[in-house]
Amino acid sequence: MISVRDLVVTFGAGRDAVQAVRGVSFEVAEGESFGLVGESGSGKSTVLRALAGLNRDWSGGAAIAGIDVSTRDRRLPRLVQMVFQDPYASLHPRHTVDRALSEPLEIHGIGEVSARVEKAMADVGLDPTFRFRFPNQLSGGQRQRVAIARALMLEPRVLLLDEPTSALDVSVQAEILNLLRRLRVSQRLTMILVSHNLAVVAHMCDRLAVMNRGLVVEEMDVATLRREDPREPYTRQLLLASRGYDREAAARMVTYD
Amino acid sequence: MSALLEVEDLRVSFATPTGRFDAVRGVSFALGRERLGIVGESGSGKSLTGRAIMRLLPPSAHLEARRLAFDGTDLLRATPAALRAIRGARISLVLQDPKYSLNPVMTVGEQIAEAARIHGGVSKAQARRKTLEMLEAVRIRDPERVARLYPHEVSGGMGQRIMIAMMLVPEPDLLIADEPTSALDVTVQMQVLAILDDLVARRGMGLIFISHDLDLVASFCDRVLVMYAGRVVEERAAADLAAATHPYTQGLLRSLPRIGDERAELPTLSRDPAWLEG
Repeated sequence: MISVRDLVVTFGAGRDAVQAVRGVSFEVAEGESFGLVGESGSGKSTVLRALAGLNRDWSGGAAIAGIDVSTRDRRLPRLVQMVFQDPYASLHPRHTVDRALSEPLEIHGIGEVSARVEKAMADVGLDPTFRFRFPNQLSGGQRQRVAIARALMLEPRVLLLDEPTSALDVSVQAEILNLLRRLRVSQRLTMILVSHNLAVVAHMCDRLAVMNRGLVVEEMDVATLRREDPREPYTRQLLLASRGYDREAAARMVTYD
Repeated sequence: MSALLEVEDLRVSFATPTGRFDAVRGVSFALGRERLGIVGESGSGKSLTGRAIMRLLPPSAHLEARRLAFDGTDLLRATPAALRAIRGARISLVLQDPKYSLNPVMTVGEQIAEAARIHGGVSKAQARRKTLEMLEAVRIRDPERVARLYPHEVSGGMGQRIMIAMMLVPEPDLLIADEPTSALDVTVQMQVLAILDDLVARRGMGLIFISHDLDLVASFCDRVLVMYAGRVVEERAAADLAAATHPYTQGLLRSLPRIGDERAELPTLSRDPAWLEG
């Protein structure tokens, strides 16, 4: 369903050029949920933004359902959509829920707008009374539900998720993760989930790639992650650090370049 | 043993167009030379509690308490001059985001040295030496070079460590750290916590660690207060947070995904109105 080959993304030019992604390749099968894990600056979100068409300045190959994402193929928006980290920043503050959800339909000339908005709100567990509210009248979890509903308006087959719960409280995180798992089954979605949180990826994904400094360190299935049995020392350190504070472990932490 | 900090029946409220909003509703605790964690979700009043101790609340806030005392000084009745002598020098506050806490037009070195001179009362040359020592202590590899940089020239993680260095250089007796490491990568987070850990152990500093991260607090602190809707609903030794008895704490712990578990659905919290009263 998704194929990425030798993806290289460079920001800046000349002396200041920084290679954020330095040759990343992976495949995601139809219906699979794939995790991209790493620390800040590892390039995980940059990979996702390239796939979503938000950054067109890259080299290598990336295709979704056989369509090259570097083209501006009009089928792409109906095939792949994205949910961002911060629901406070990703919703227009002056647009009601109704407008946020109707807009993709109007752009793509899809009818039955009202019925589709109602259905989308029900699908993500939003009460119909929220339809004409503005984002500032919603909680963080409700806003993220709106952002997910908006991404699903065009009935995409692929959903790209960039840290979808890291701005939310843990009790709200549980609700959103449950929602995403249900939607994945009911809408037969293929997902890529970017996260720094290994437990979230273990809960949501079938397979994952660990990234560091623009490269994939290793790929593994979720069973390997759950057994905490990775191959690479970098991943082992990440697992150790995610277990909580330990004075001795902290003293042994090293930087992997 | 007299406590370093005594808080009794602390209340913070705001006047809003729809009436009074009580953000902190009767929080009491005493702190010794230990690591105390305050956990809770957004809106629980944990950050306001930290700021109330520093008497750094917005003008619209109304603060009352039966007792708020630091090392014998009554913070409620202290003069502005007395408060200034305590803030920064004896109680320090580290906030989450270095972007808003560092002065953008001063170099990193100047800011830390300024904190050392004003609050630590040392000479210019001593301040410079302490600055470099402190940068090294927070694991900054090339302190001489970093001291010459401006805040926009350093990464978020480095900015966070610089801020911690600046707050620690006057050698405070009490550090209030509000989500000090949540912007950091896990490995850097561990290293920064180790620095705080050593300061508590070696210098006998008291630490209030405010965080939403239950697992982190459980593994790092000695004692934990769990806050919900402006009240402390549970207090226990950090090591047995897993044995929590309040349904809110239990619910929070259960709602966390864990690496090894295979639960299909995560239990979500249904908030019981009774929790508002304890």
